[in-house]
Amino acid sequence: MIFITVIFREEVPVMNNITLKPFLAMVRKEVADHVRSWRSIILLGIVALTCMGSLYTSLSNFTEAVSRSNAENDFFFLNLFTLSDGTLPSFIVFVSFLGPLLGISLGFDAINSEQNKGTLSRILAQPVPRDYLLNAKFVAGLAVVSIMFFTLSFLVLGTGLIALGIPPTAGEFIRMILYTIISIVYVSFWLNLSILFSVRFRQPATAALAGIAVWLFLTVFYPLIVNLVLKGIEPSEMATPRAVYIYQKLRFGLVQVMPGELFNEITSTLLVPSVRSIGPLTMEQLHGTIPGPLPVGQSLLIVWPQLTGLIALTLLCFVLSYLSFMRREIRSR
Amino acid sequence: MEKIIEIYGLTKRYGTHLVVNNLDLSVGKGEIFGLLGPNGAGKSTTILMLLGLTEPDSGTVRVCGLDPVRFPIRVKQKVGYLPEDVGFYEDMTGMENLVYTARLNEIPQGEAESRADELLAKVGLGTEKHKKTGKYSRGMRQRLGLADVLIKHPRVIILDEPTLGIDPTGVREFLELIVRLSREDGITVLFSSHQLHQVQQVCDRVGIFVDGRLLAEGEIGSLARQLFPDGQEASEGRSVALDDIYYRYFQGGGAGHE
Repeated sequence: MIFITVIFREEVPVMNNITLKPFLAMVRKEVADHVRSWRSIILLGIVALTCMGSLYTSLSNFTEAVSRSNAENDFFFLNLFTLSDGTLPSFIVFVSFLGPLLGISLGFDAINSEQNKGTLSRILAQPVPRDYLLNAKFVAGLAVVSIMFFTLSFLVLGTGLIALGIPPTAGEFIRMILYTIISIVYVSFWLNLSILFSVRFRQPATAALAGIAVWLFLTVFYPLIVNLVLKGIEPSEMATPRAVYIYQKLRFGLVQVMPGELFNEITSTLLVPSVRSIGPLTMEQLHGTIPGPLPVGQSLLIVWPQLTGLIALTLLCFVLSYLSFMRREIRSR
Repeated sequence: MEKIIEIYGLTKRYGTHLVVNNLDLSVGKGEIFGLLGPNGAGKSTTILMLLGLTEPDSGTVRVCGLDPVRFPIRVKQKVGYLPEDVGFYEDMTGMENLVYTARLNEIPQGEAESRADELLAKVGLGTEKHKKTGKYSRGMRQRLGLADVLIKHPRVIILDEPTLGIDPTGVREFLELIVRLSREDGITVLFSSHQLHQVQQVCDRVGIFVDGRLLAEGEIGSLARQLFPDGQEASEGRSVALDDIYYRYFQGGGAGHE
C-alpha cells in the first residue's frame, strides 16, 4: 500500500485537470474496508492456519528429505515450500488451492454491493472518472493480497531460518520472491474475474457463485472433459511417432487454458530448480543433457509463456469488466 | 436570465419504449424548478442524462454551458446530485461519509472536516454526526444526502424525489431547508417529485412531465392558462387549483393531451 502511495504521489500533479488524489482516497477507503471486514479476517485466519500446517509437515520431515536428496541439490531451503509428508499438502499446493478462494471473496461484491446500497450513483456523481472506482477496487484488493502473501512468504522464510539455522542462498531468495509475485498475479486473476462478475450480476451471491462455478469447472470438470476427449483420439501403439508427438502436444495444449495449471507449472518450475522443461520432450531433445539445477534466469525462461498467459487472462477479465462498466447506465439502487 | 440547464430535443429510448421524447427545457440561474410527473414519466432518466450517467439517443444537453456527455467530470464539479433513495457506507459515520465525498472533490482534509461539521449542523444532524449511517433513519439519510450534495459548493443541485419516505413534518423541514439554502447561496435547484403540494410549496417554476414529454411549463399561476387556453377554468385565473390540472392530466395520462 505504502509503495503504491509513493509511486502515485510522484505524479499526483495535474494531467488534463484530473488528479490522482481522489483515486488515492478511494484506494485508501477500499483497503480500510478490506482490513476491517470480517471476511478478510476469516480469510487471513484460514490462510495463516493452512500455511502453519504445511510448514509444520515440511519441517518435521525435513532432515529425512534432505539426507535422501542427492548431493548436488543444494536448494534445500526451497523444500520448505514444496515438501510434504503426505498428511497435509505442501505450501504451494495450499496457495494454489486457496488463491482462487481469496481472489473471489475479495471481489465478488465490488460493484454490485455499491449499487445495492445506493452508494454507486452517489459516488459516480462526484467529479471522478468512472474507471477510478473499478481501478480502486482492483488496486485495493491487490494491495491486500500482496501484503498478505509477502508476509506469508517472509514468515515461512523466517521460520525456516530459525528451524534450520542456514540462510537461503541468493538464488533461493530470488526464486521465493518471484514465486510470491506470481502467486499475487494468480490471485489477481481470480480477483478480476470476480470483479467482472460483480459488474455483470446484480446480486453479490450470484456473482460469488459464478466465481466458484468457474473455479470448480476449471479445476474439476475441465480436466475430466479433456481426458474424455483425449481418450477418444488416443493413438494406437502402432501409430507413427509423428502422431504420438501431435497427440502429446495436443494433450499439453488443452490444459494450458486453465489458470490453475499455468500457475502450478510456473511455481513448480521456479521452486524446483531441477525441472528443465514443461510439456512433452522427445528422446532426441533429452540426449546428452546433464542433470542438474538450472539458474534462475533459465527457470524463468521456461515458464515465460505460462506467465504471459496468466497475465493475459488477468488483463482479459479486467478489460471485460471495464467495457461493461464504463458505458452502462448508473441508476440509483 | 442566465440559463444554467438547457435541454433541446432530448430523446432517450430503451428498446422501442420512448422514455424521454423530444424534451425542451431550460432552468435559469438561482431558480427552484420543479419537475412534476407520475412515476415512470422519465424524470429520473432525464436527470441521469444531465449528469452524464446515461447517454441520450439524440438532442443536446448543456449544464452550466457544458455538455455532460463530453465533459462529465467538469459538469459533476458544478452539480450536486441527490439520487432517489440515497445510500451511504453503513459502517462509516455520517461525518466520515461526508469527508470521503469531500476528498473525492479534492477538498483538503482539514477544510473537508470543518465544512462537513458546518453542513451537518445546518441539516440538523449535529448531534448524530458520529453515529454510523447504518443506524440512520430514512429522513436522516436524506438530510445527510443534502449535506453530501452541498459539500462541494455546487452551483446547481439536482434532487430526485428527495422527500420519498419522510414523514410530513420531516418533509416540511426538508423543503424549507432547500429553499433557504437556495436563496442564501444562489444555488439553482432542480427538484423532481410526483407530489404536487410539495412542488407547489417550494418551486418558482414547474414543468409537468408525462410520458417523457413536457406538457406544460411555467409559474404555477400561469400553468392553468397554458393548459386550458380556451377553457372556462382559465377565465377564473388563479382560483384554479393546480390539483385539478394535475389530476385531470394524470388520470387521462398523456393520451388526454393528444
